[in-house]
Amino acid sequence: MDMFAVWYFVETTINGALIGLMYALIALGFVLIYKSTDAINFAQGQFVMISGVMVAALSADYGVPIVLGAIIALVFMILFNVMLERIVLRPMIGRPVVAIIMATIGLAAFLEGLFPMIFGATTRALDLGIPNDPIIVGTVYLTPINVVGGAVALTFFGAFSIFFMKSRKGVALRAVADNHQVSMAMGINVERYFVLAWSMAGVVAVLGGLLWGSAIGVDNTLAVVGLKVFPVVILGGLESIIGAIVGGIIVGVIEAWGGTYIDPAMTQPWFREFFPFEGGGTKDFLPYLLMIVVLFFKPYGLFGKVQIERV
Amino acid sequence: MFHRESGYYKTTYASDSALYPLPIARFAVAGFAVLFFVVAPLLVSSYYLTILNLVGIAIVGALGLNILVGLTGQISIGHAAFMSVGAYTAANLATRFDLPFWITLPAGGLMAAAIGIIVGFPSVRIKGLYLAISTLAAQFIIDWFIVHTPAISGGFQASIQVPRPSVFGIVLDTQRELYMFILVTVVIAIVIALNIARSRIGRAFIAIRDQDIAAEILGIDVRRYKLMAFAISSFYAGVTGVLYTYYSGVANNEFFPLVVSIDYLAMVIIGGMGSVLGAIFGATFVTLLPIAIDLVMTSVGPYLIDDAGALSGIKSHMRLILFGGLIMFFLVVEPEGLNRLWLNIRSYFRVWPFSY
Repeated sequence: MDMFAVWYFVETTINGALIGLMYALIALGFVLIYKSTDAINFAQGQFVMISGVMVAALSADYGVPIVLGAIIALVFMILFNVMLERIVLRPMIGRPVVAIIMATIGLAAFLEGLFPMIFGATTRALDLGIPNDPIIVGTVYLTPINVVGGAVALTFFGAFSIFFMKSRKGVALRAVADNHQVSMAMGINVERYFVLAWSMAGVVAVLGGLLWGSAIGVDNTLAVVGLKVFPVVILGGLESIIGAIVGGIIVGVIEAWGGTYIDPAMTQPWFREFFPFEGGGTKDFLPYLLMIVVLFFKPYGLFGKVQIERV
Repeated sequence: MFHRESGYYKTTYASDSALYPLPIARFAVAGFAVLFFVVAPLLVSSYYLTILNLVGIAIVGALGLNILVGLTGQISIGHAAFMSVGAYTAANLATRFDLPFWITLPAGGLMAAAIGIIVGFPSVRIKGLYLAISTLAAQFIIDWFIVHTPAISGGFQASIQVPRPSVFGIVLDTQRELYMFILVTVVIAIVIALNIARSRIGRAFIAIRDQDIAAEILGIDVRRYKLMAFAISSFYAGVTGVLYTYYSGVANNEFFPLVVSIDYLAMVIIGGMGSVLGAIFGATFVTLLPIAIDLVMTSVGPYLIDDAGALSGIKSHMRLILFGGLIMFFLVVEPEGLNRLWLNIRSYFRVWPFSY
C-alpha cells in the first residue's frame, strides 16, 4: 500500500474524530440533563440551533459583536432552561418516559417555529475569526474549525471532570444523579441542582451553537446536528461522560469513513454486483446502524450503568 | 339528558366488556353511520371531502400507534417508516403484478408488520429511551434502504405512480369515491382496534404497560406480546401508507419523513393515550390544525401583515409553534388528552340538570 493512501486514511480519521468531539460536546448537554434529572431532552439540537441563530442574527442584523452576542445568548439560554425546567419538566416528574420524550419533541417543534419567525429563516454565516486555510501537520491536512472545536470540547470535558470530582456542587450533582431520595435525605436541595444541571446544559448548547454554527452556517438545519446526539449517547451509555466522548469519536470516525470510503465504493461495479444499492449518503445512517448492533450485545451502551429492575 | 344509565346493571364480565356498554351507544353508532356513509358524501363539497379523507387516513395510523404506545406502553419514533414500507409494497405489487387493492392493502400491512417485528425485537431487551432511539434509528435505516434500492423505490426519484383502485369495475378516482373507500377501511380499523382493546390480547398489552415484570409473573409471555403489539401497530401503519398512496396516486418516501412519525405520536398524546376514541380525536385535531391555521391566517393575516411572502413564512412557523405548544400544554395540564375533556363533558351531562 502506498504512503499516500495511509496518510489519507489518517487524515480522514483524525478529522472525523475532531468532528466527533464536537458531537460529544452537544451530547454532553444531553447526558448532563439525563444523569441528574432523568429527563430525556430531544430538543438539545434545537437548543444549539437557537443559540446559534441568536448570535448570528444579533451580529448580522444588529451589529452586535460576537462576544457580546454570545454572552447575551448564554444568559438567555440559562434563563430559558431554568424556566423550562420549572414550567414543563418539573410537573412531569414521575410520568412515563414516552410522555417526557413527547414533551421535549413538542418543545423542539415549538423552538423550530418560534426562532426563525423572530429572527428570520435565512441562512447566516457565523464568523468566529477562525481562518479557513487548513492546518498542515506533516502531510495531514486538518480543518481549523474542527481543530478548534475538538480542542474546546476537550477543554470543556476536562473542566467538567474537575468540577464533578473536586467541587462541592459537582459532588452534590453526582449524588443527585445517583439517587434523588437519598440525596434529599442527606440535605441536598435536589430541585436547586436540577436547575444547575439545566443551566449547564444551556451553557453547553451555546458553545455548541457557536462552534457548529461557524462550521456549517446557521439556520434551522443546525438542529439536525441534534439527531447525531442519540447514537453518540447510546453508544457511550447514557450515564457516562467518558462514554459521550468515546461515543462521539466513534460516530465521527464512522461518518468520515462512510463518506470517504463506503460511498465511493458503492458506485463500483463489484459492489453493485452484490448489493442493489444506489447513491451514497451512508454517513447519515451508519452511526445508527452501529448503534443498533451495539444495543443487541450491550443493551446499556459501552459505558452505561446496567440497571437492575425490581418490581 | 342523552345518556341515561339508570336501570342498566352489569352483572357479568361479558356485559362489562361488551362493545356497546349502553343501548344509547347503538343509536349513536347508527346515527354516525348514517351521517358519514349517506349524508357526508351527498352534501359535503369535494374540497372538504379531501380533508375528511386525510383525517380518515390519519385515524388508521393513530389507531395503530395507539395500540403500541397507549395500550402496550412501548414507543416508536419510526412509525412513518412502516407507512413507507406499506406504500412501496403496495405500489410495487399494483404496478408490477396488476394486483387489485384488496390484495395490496393487506399485503402492504403484512410487509410493514414483518418489518415492525424486526424493529420491535430490541424491545424485548430494552425499554424507554433506548427503545425510542432504536426505533428512531429504524426510521433512518428503513428510509435509506427504500430510497437507495432501485428495485423497491423505482429509480432515482423514489416515486412510483400507482393506478387508482377499482371496485366491481368502478375506478375510484374522484374524492367522493375515494372517501367511501377510505371510510370503509377506517370503520374496519376502528372495529378491530376496539375488539383488540377489550380482548385477551388487549388485556395482556395493558398489563405489560402497567408493569411488565409483574405481567411476566402473571404468566403473560411478555416477549410474544410486545412483538405482537409491534406487528399489529405496524400493520396499521402499513395500511395507512397504502391508503395514502392510493389517495395521492403516488408512492413517495417524501410523504413519510421523521416529522410524520412525530405527528402521529402527537395525535396519540393529544387525543389521549390508550383509548380508541382518543386516537380518533387526536388524528382529527392534528390533521385539522394546519388547515385551520391556514384558514385563519389567510382571512385575518392580510390585515396585520402586508407582505404575502412573510405571511406564508409565518403560517408554517405558526403551525410548528402551535403544534409544539399544544403537545407540551396537553402533557403538562391534561395528560389524558382530548378524550378526558370529552369524558368530562359527558359526565357533566349525565346528571344534568342536577349537580349530583
